[in-house]
Amino acid sequence: MKKWIDRLARRVFTVSGFVTSAVILLIIGFLFSEAAGLFRQPIVEEGYVLALNKSNTVDRLSAEEIKLLFDEDITNWRDVGGADMPVRVFRLEDLDRLYTEEELGAEYEHAGDKIAEQVRADRGIIAFVPTVLVEGRTDIHLVPDHTIPVKDVLLGTEWYPTATPSPIFGMVPLLAGTLWVSFFAILIALPFGLAVSIYMAEVAPPGVSRVLKPVIELLGGIPSVVYGFFGLAVIVPLLQQTFRLPVGESGLAGSIVLALMALPTIITVSEDAMRNCPRTMREASLALGATRWQTIYKVVVPYSISGITSGVVLGIGRAIGETMAVLMVTGNAAVIPTSILDPLRTIPATIAAELGEAPAGGAHYQALFLLGVILFFITLIINSCVELVSARNKTKR
Amino acid sequence: MALQFDPAYNRRKRRLQTAVFGLFRLLSYAIALVLFVILGFIIVKGISVVNWTFLTQAPTDGMTGGGIWPAIVGTFYLMLGSALFAFPVGVVSGIYMSEYAPGGKLVAFIRMMTNNLAGIPSIVFGLFGMAFFVTYLDFGDSILAGSLTLGLLALPIVIRTTEEAFRDIAPSYREGSLALGATKAQTIWHVLLPMAMPRVITGLILSLGRVSGETAPILFTCAAYFLPKLPASIFDQCMALPYHLYVVATSGTDIEAQMPIAYGTAFVLIVIVLVMNLVAGLIRRHFEKKLNTK
Repeated sequence: MKKWIDRLARRVFTVSGFVTSAVILLIIGFLFSEAAGLFRQPIVEEGYVLALNKSNTVDRLSAEEIKLLFDEDITNWRDVGGADMPVRVFRLEDLDRLYTEEELGAEYEHAGDKIAEQVRADRGIIAFVPTVLVEGRTDIHLVPDHTIPVKDVLLGTEWYPTATPSPIFGMVPLLAGTLWVSFFAILIALPFGLAVSIYMAEVAPPGVSRVLKPVIELLGGIPSVVYGFFGLAVIVPLLQQTFRLPVGESGLAGSIVLALMALPTIITVSEDAMRNCPRTMREASLALGATRWQTIYKVVVPYSISGITSGVVLGIGRAIGETMAVLMVTGNAAVIPTSILDPLRTIPATIAAELGEAPAGGAHYQALFLLGVILFFITLIINSCVELVSARNKTKR
Repeated sequence: MALQFDPAYNRRKRRLQTAVFGLFRLLSYAIALVLFVILGFIIVKGISVVNWTFLTQAPTDGMTGGGIWPAIVGTFYLMLGSALFAFPVGVVSGIYMSEYAPGGKLVAFIRMMTNNLAGIPSIVFGLFGMAFFVTYLDFGDSILAGSLTLGLLALPIVIRTTEEAFRDIAPSYREGSLALGATKAQTIWHVLLPMAMPRVITGLILSLGRVSGETAPILFTCAAYFLPKLPASIFDQCMALPYHLYVVATSGTDIEAQMPIAYGTAFVLIVIVLVMNLVAGLIRRHFEKKLNTK
């Protein structure tokens, strides 16, 4: 009986030892299976088709071109590889304007004919209509649809996930926003983080350190939504006044809040690293007549540089993944930022803001999961680097 | 070598040190000041809002009146739910890491996975929770899905503290127990677990403090904008304090009237986090004292 329980316990323990690995595999699996669907989605909104005049030879349109055509920013077919003729945009609503209800039929049964009539009549027309109405017609030119290309998503510079007829999922602005705001956050946090960790590990009397430590821990324990709220209520109006901005929600507001949130990570990890510097090295330096400050920056910091780097990198990871605070203070404009005072939008904030409105299984939903995958891999790479560095350190000593 | 006998140089390096240390001290105090400004701001603005009705009533008049009782209850349920999941799984997993796992590459791999899990952004947990618990397992937007998602978030912290707590127990305790004829399972259950418990509990409380403030993982798995009634089962949605704060602070029609409620909600949230940290600190200190007297 005793032996049997022992064996059972061993099995249970072993299985649960792999629980975190299993969770990570599940996360990868589910995120990927949702995200991969994006590249099987048609460019034009599902169930719709673009119809052109027979004489129009344009056969392939990118999502961006379609958007420009329908926004009437492209007004000539020349610009998308066609003949030199003006573009006329035709939407389903136009049908109701041009024809009476009787002409279209109660069940819209004549709508297909009427659309074809319009398309035949105008050489430069582009009609965005439901596929069922015009399916199988040979008197008009239906643009063959293709799936969303990987390149347009990963290198695309515009994010218009709800544009019709074809949403645009260029992720560069979001990636740029994330990196931009994190970069400035670290720029702010780094001097503070280094100064405080050196002060706590090397300079401060033990009593002060004992007070500072819980303060830093508490700073790390404040929920991100509270930071966001504080940023919204205090930092945003302050920035708006100081820099005379039209709106205070900006990359800088996000960076300040992120810097506060990344600080505890940076400080704790670097402080630990410096405390681990052997006493003998410090004493040797002091015995040579170096001051404590000289000892710190010539001996202690170089010795613990990999630990300090780990702390900074983990801080960057925290800043990149932070959602709520950034969502609340950065203004959420999905454009490539040119200045830190511009509003911008990060990957996590985009997911949080848009997933609620994206219909499950649609292209937008899948695009948000793809953003999740990208975010997941950015943080996975960051963490793995830190792990490798610390593992190497252990073997070195 | 002549340098160290140069009094001017010595004076210069001393002065530099004083200046640098002074600057560092200033920056450190500045950080502490920032914490007190944030806390002070929320406490001062929030405490006037909080009273008995605020704590015990549901929101009224489209979030511009009433209290936050359903959000408090929701947060409590979520903390409880995630603890029920993360505590047993995390403790068992931590014990495996410390007591059973063969050393070397395998343990390094598992530890790396655990650390990676801890580093995954909370919004990714939210996405996963939505795809797995809500959609695939068909729990719907529910307390169950939200608790499990939050539990995953708390898991690495519980695992790590458990593993460290067990590792720090001197081998002589294990050997003593085994020498008396106890099996490994008995040793863990009767000797090691009671010794490690205070630290494990500390880790759990800290992780729950974190869970209570998380918003992103429950956005799409559980949180409701407004519910007049308290949830009746684990398959119901619930309100939660952090999500409520987000909603009240960023959306709605009457920002003027909502601001006091936001301050009040932030205050309650901060108090929960502070109390959790305080309790964890007390347990840790109590435990350390006991350890020192041994």
